[in-house]
Amino acid sequence: MFAYIIRRLIGAVVMLLLVSLVTFGIFFWLPKLAGQTTDQIAAGFVGKAPTPEAIQDTKERLGLDDPVLVQYGDYLKGIVAGRDYKAGPTTDKCPAPCFGYSFRSSQPVRETLVDRAPATASLALGAAIIWLAGGITIGVISALRRGSLWDRAAMFIALSGVSLPIYFTGLVSLALFSYSLEIFPGGGSYKDFTDDPVRWFQSLVLPWVTLAFLYAAMYARLTRAGMLETMNEDYIRTARAKGLPEKTVVTKHALRASLTPIMTVFGLDLGLLLGGAVLTESTFGIPGLGRLAIDSIRSGDLPMVLGVTLITSISIVVINLIVDLLYAIVDPRVRLG
Amino acid sequence: MTGTAPAAGKAGTGEAPAAFLEVRDLKIHFPTDDGLVKSVDGLSFELERGRTLGIVGESGSGKSVTSLGVLGLHNKRNANVSGEIWLNGKELVGASQTEVRRLRGREMAMIFQDPLSSMHPFYTVGHQIIEAYRVHNDVSKQVARKHAIDMLGKVGIPKPDKRVDDYPHQFSGGMRQRAMIAMALSCDPELLIADEPTTALDVTVQAQILDLIRDLQQEFNSAVIMITHDLGVVAELADDILVMYAGRCVEYASVDNAFHQPLHPYTWGLLGSMPRLDRERSERLLPIVGSPPSLINVPSGCAFHPRCPYADLNDGKSTTERPELIELEPGHKAACHLPLDKRREIWTDEIRPKL
Repeated sequence: MFAYIIRRLIGAVVMLLLVSLVTFGIFFWLPKLAGQTTDQIAAGFVGKAPTPEAIQDTKERLGLDDPVLVQYGDYLKGIVAGRDYKAGPTTDKCPAPCFGYSFRSSQPVRETLVDRAPATASLALGAAIIWLAGGITIGVISALRRGSLWDRAAMFIALSGVSLPIYFTGLVSLALFSYSLEIFPGGGSYKDFTDDPVRWFQSLVLPWVTLAFLYAAMYARLTRAGMLETMNEDYIRTARAKGLPEKTVVTKHALRASLTPIMTVFGLDLGLLLGGAVLTESTFGIPGLGRLAIDSIRSGDLPMVLGVTLITSISIVVINLIVDLLYAIVDPRVRLG
Repeated sequence: MTGTAPAAGKAGTGEAPAAFLEVRDLKIHFPTDDGLVKSVDGLSFELERGRTLGIVGESGSGKSVTSLGVLGLHNKRNANVSGEIWLNGKELVGASQTEVRRLRGREMAMIFQDPLSSMHPFYTVGHQIIEAYRVHNDVSKQVARKHAIDMLGKVGIPKPDKRVDDYPHQFSGGMRQRAMIAMALSCDPELLIADEPTTALDVTVQAQILDLIRDLQQEFNSAVIMITHDLGVVAELADDILVMYAGRCVEYASVDNAFHQPLHPYTWGLLGSMPRLDRERSERLLPIVGSPPSLINVPSGCAFHPRCPYADLNDGKSTTERPELIELEPGHKAACHLPLDKRREIWTDEIRPKL
């Protein structure tokens, strides 16, 4: 078990290295391959009407004249050990983990990420709780009443849930519950939990439900399919033959066995969302990592894009590691190692 | 009298019987898109405590459906169950789901065919036995655990106090079936149904398991229904044999009678299909020609007539009239149109010498 975790962690680090290498390469190496001079690259980072001094300054600060591999090495070193940026006479000390500075705001990337992460985490975790509870419950009931009116209605709604994009359901729910009925505050009203818990909750209800609706639909179908299969297993018959109440048979015996495929999908979904729910955050104006990613890409803020990409990869890798460990707990036949 | 003959005559009277288990005119039909599947169509039998009834027949003859029916494990939504099942003075077909559930595991228990797929892969063997015990007995986990260890020891699992925490996949096939038996017997059921308990096991283990079931039956004095297509198992264990064909009983006899003077051509066929070591190897087995009938369109008259080599001897009665199950000798019933003397003649002259 311990050796397994160590091995998985090493694998995770290798994977993160690869992700960062590819992302870094796209932004710092491809332009060179395309024939851009370092001056041109630096000019892109300075802003409108760059002066030759500003360009020279930027080039030195970022070490753009160094070979790409050296730059990448510096970047990694910054994450692990911190990094010094020479800016003319002064030196900026950027403590570890240093993701560099935003080209646009000159803020450290790390601070911005830390600033934006709570909003994304609140959104993703809250929605996850709702969609897991809702999706699995609906799926189980549908499976037990296969072919009934409830089943058909639930599966129809689930299908529409999967097919409707978030910017549609999100905008409709905003128009209905926020602008017409005025039950919940509108877009862009998000406040951090630590600042204003009530506001935090109110502003997140609609995004939670909208995002959860999309996923719950998928999980309901997944649960239903899994339950239909499990309920026909021999061990379910055995459980009934023992005289267990039907409730125990369904929850303890059938549902638990149906959970493993759901866990796999859940790991991927949650990991991805923790890196930023781009559409939901944009629709509801939540200042999370997803919005940050979009804004940074639009403005060509490369260190920021790199930072968000790495955070997303880390969350996917970590959540999946947790899921794999949970596998071994849920299904004793899974041997880790 | 060696056995208790089925009491078809009492069917539908609704009176509580004297026997421990009595099944009267049991019908289990499944409506499907292709038509009504009559898996069990009018089956009656009785069973006393301490005795073993072997139900034999080909795949699809309704053996397993019958046993699941006795336990009330058919889903009422896709199965029509009618008739009467009396267990210890209680009628089960008309009883509520909850009532039957309370009896399951406690008064009647079942051993299933494939012990790997029949045990939950995510729970330890001990947990599953404890669960079975605690549904019906209000005891603490520690007490139940001790009982589970006792049971595992009783069915011959070495180091039961260690193995109790193992998962089913850590057991060998034979051990798993022993654990399954321990689970079924954990509440001292008075009726034990074993549905092909040895089919998935290799021969040496088969014998051990059969011995175990016999020993436990003597210890607990329970009634046992042994469902199998293996006549060897029946010969080993059963007191009486019920031969099923197309959802009906075609012959009912004591083991001695069934093996030494069977009165139904289908039973002859089954005996002919059984390999024997005490005969010349050069002789071929005598399989029953054809395949089991569709349970949606059961052949008219005697369901066995398309495969019966003697169907032509009855002036067409075999294709038009369904033979009733008639008691021909005390405790020996068969459903066949052939005159009794003719049957005895065919058995002695044609069938027996070839077996």
